[in-house]
Amino acid sequence: MTAVLRLENVNTFYGAVQAHFDLCLDIYPGEITCLLGGNASGKSTAMKVIFGLVRPRSGRVLLAGEDATQWGTPRRVAWGLRSVPEARRLFPFMTVRENLLLGAYLRKDRRQVAEDLERLLDLFPRVGERLNQAAGTLSGGEQQMVAMARALLGKPRVLCMDEPTMGLSPLWVDRVLELVQTINRQGTTVFMVEQNARAALQIAHRGYVLRHGVVTLSGTAAELLDNPLVENAYLGGKAI
Amino acid sequence: MIGNLYMLTAIGITQIYGVAGVVNFAHGSVYMAGAYIGWMAITWLHWPLVPVILLVLAGSALLGLALERLAVRPFARAGSTILLLTTIAAGLIIDNAAQVIWGPQTQALPNPLPQWHIRLGAGTVSLLDLFILACGVGTALLLHLFLYRSRAGWAVRATAQDRDAALQMGIDVNRVNRYSFALSGAFAGLSGLLVGLYFSNIYPTMGASATLKGTTAALLGGLGNVPGAILGAYVLGIAETFSVEWLGSSYRNLVAVLLLIAVLLFRPNGLLSGRRALNPEPTAGTFIPHGRPLRFPRWLIPASAVLAAALPLFVANPYALQVLAIGWVFALMAVSLNLISGTTGQISLGHAGFVTLGAYATAILTSRLGLPFSVSLLVSPVVAAVIGVLLCYPALRLRGQYLAIATLGLGEAISLIALNWDSVTQGPLGISGIQPAAFFGYEIWSAAGVYWLDLAALLACVWAVYRLSRSHLGRALRAVREDEVAARAFGIGLARYKSIAFGVSAFFAAVAGVLLAHSYSYIAPDTFTFALSIQVLTMIILGGRDNVGGAVIGAVILIVLPETIRFLGEYRYILYGLLLIGMLRFRPYGLLNSTT
Repeated sequence: MTAVLRLENVNTFYGAVQAHFDLCLDIYPGEITCLLGGNASGKSTAMKVIFGLVRPRSGRVLLAGEDATQWGTPRRVAWGLRSVPEARRLFPFMTVRENLLLGAYLRKDRRQVAEDLERLLDLFPRVGERLNQAAGTLSGGEQQMVAMARALLGKPRVLCMDEPTMGLSPLWVDRVLELVQTINRQGTTVFMVEQNARAALQIAHRGYVLRHGVVTLSGTAAELLDNPLVENAYLGGKAI
Repeated sequence: MIGNLYMLTAIGITQIYGVAGVVNFAHGSVYMAGAYIGWMAITWLHWPLVPVILLVLAGSALLGLALERLAVRPFARAGSTILLLTTIAAGLIIDNAAQVIWGPQTQALPNPLPQWHIRLGAGTVSLLDLFILACGVGTALLLHLFLYRSRAGWAVRATAQDRDAALQMGIDVNRVNRYSFALSGAFAGLSGLLVGLYFSNIYPTMGASATLKGTTAALLGGLGNVPGAILGAYVLGIAETFSVEWLGSSYRNLVAVLLLIAVLLFRPNGLLSGRRALNPEPTAGTFIPHGRPLRFPRWLIPASAVLAAALPLFVANPYALQVLAIGWVFALMAVSLNLISGTTGQISLGHAGFVTLGAYATAILTSRLGLPFSVSLLVSPVVAAVIGVLLCYPALRLRGQYLAIATLGLGEAISLIALNWDSVTQGPLGISGIQPAAFFGYEIWSAAGVYWLDLAALLACVWAVYRLSRSHLGRALRAVREDEVAARAFGIGLARYKSIAFGVSAFFAAVAGVLLAHSYSYIAPDTFTFALSIQVLTMIILGGRDNVGGAVIGAVILIVLPETIRFLGEYRYILYGLLLIGMLRFRPYGLLNSTT
């Protein structure tokens, strides 16, 4: 099976500080892959590298085998990457409907978009109730729903989610993860960056553990769940 | 009616701020260029109004695009205060290029519309008035439709609200930036043409007040808020009309500047928003990029001071000495500004205001009250520093672009007060017949004497600043620059230390003003202008942040170079503009600093 999204020996720097050391990731089609790690482990930077918001000093980003390292962000989005950014990043002064339709900014099939929107609202009933409200006035969990729906309306080949459970109440955490699973079962490949390791691994197929820019553990979700080192690693413990 | 004119400008400025995050100070220059394009089409080509307007829209849109490409995009990641400087520099270049191309004189702009008048109650309305109203309302409506109904408009709004998130939607943010600059350029050009038609004349410096008025209106409405800008334009227009009615037309600009400062102090987010704190700008503390002074042997500074002092003994040419003497005075200004901008990290675009304060203080003290020069040399700067700190104090809690605009407004306010306070300053006439510098009855007439006096003042200032920067106070100021929150956490009172920096700086800038007033023997409200503030800022960026020697050398280079290369004379300000952009682009840490 070939990876639909792949990072190959990526080394990223912020000035003199190195954020990734030969980072390699493989995301396979139809799966949920999660990247786990504590604060400052380089998780979010990996997301930025994938979207071209940060350029690595060396290494490659491959999209379905094609070298996309030099592509700009809009081109990667046109290829089929969609993101649910960290802290949602909705356009706060635009309505929920406008936010959703911006997710389909690059789609030309207007009529199909309208149909897809109707269908998506079945999955996100709360969003449908608030279509004409300014996005900035929603609660955190509702915003997360809008951000997910916005990304899905772009028909992603890979849906990338940066800490989708961050800042949500336990009730919403369960609801969000359940939705991610539903979305994946309907055929969407998901790449998810998370601190909430145990919860993420419950729904994932495959996982990587990142610590100070180095992948310290990787394997199937089941293997990682059984591994006592996982908790240590993502919590920043010493024993590895 | 005047509100309609400001509206177009304010919309353009607010639009750019929303998308690019910068107050575009070259806006007025595009506005001026638009007026000139229209003037050429009307007086040379004799075109009718509609094609003229189309040409103006196209030409100024192109200029807006060029601005984006050359002065904004290369600095996209450098932070908004740097962008403010590069747009100022670009404006300086455009304004002075216009003077070279079209000449500095005022040109008459005939109105091609028929001279109809409609009686309306007590007053009359001309066809031109109606036309301006239609243009204002029409563009506002079109802009609204564009922003809220079209796909490209959505992309613009999304980019304004969250640039990175917009990128992740697949929006080409650079293209949105280009559209916005073209659009705002077109608005600027159109409003320039309309204003030119309204007052029936145009001149190369007409853009400066437009930028100021547009920024004021945009701030009144809240930066980035298009309907707010429209409201702000009308508020400003009405305020001006009433003040002109009651106080006289010379108060027009003063009222606008005071309104600008009041908004910044009391409602920095505009009239429409609740009163809340400004978002901190991450780049605000260190707007001049970080660098370390290059190391020189210890003896070099005293040696060069001795060499400079001995120079008049070998050089007999009084002209060369005069130029160098002016160089020393500007070095004095640069070293004093460096204390605010380099050491304390606060941007100030109003340094000319301090110089003006010093110059007026000494002019009044010596010619009116008959104080001797030697006393005035000490008293005037103290007076100027006290007034300067009192004026700046409320503005010191602002940061980044807001502080930059506030200091610019204060600098303008000082010269506008000098212009309007006839009984003390003799208004636009200025004060003439200021005695030359004299100590104990000995007047200093010779070029060498003035040279030594200016050099001595500079050396005293350099010594004081050097001692200060080595002291506990200097470390506290640097702490404020590096991290305001952390500095406060360590017990450094921000307002107090910033006031000290502004006070000491105002003192030495005023010394420069005193020296210049006595050597020019005449000062007027427009002797020391905004261009001077920018010139001095260019000097310290040239020399390098927090580098006293660099400030001196930057000043000497910028004063001596245009004089020695005579053909540069006319292009001097263009050179400053290019130098400023070039330095920020290629060596932002200064000539005498190295990267860390």
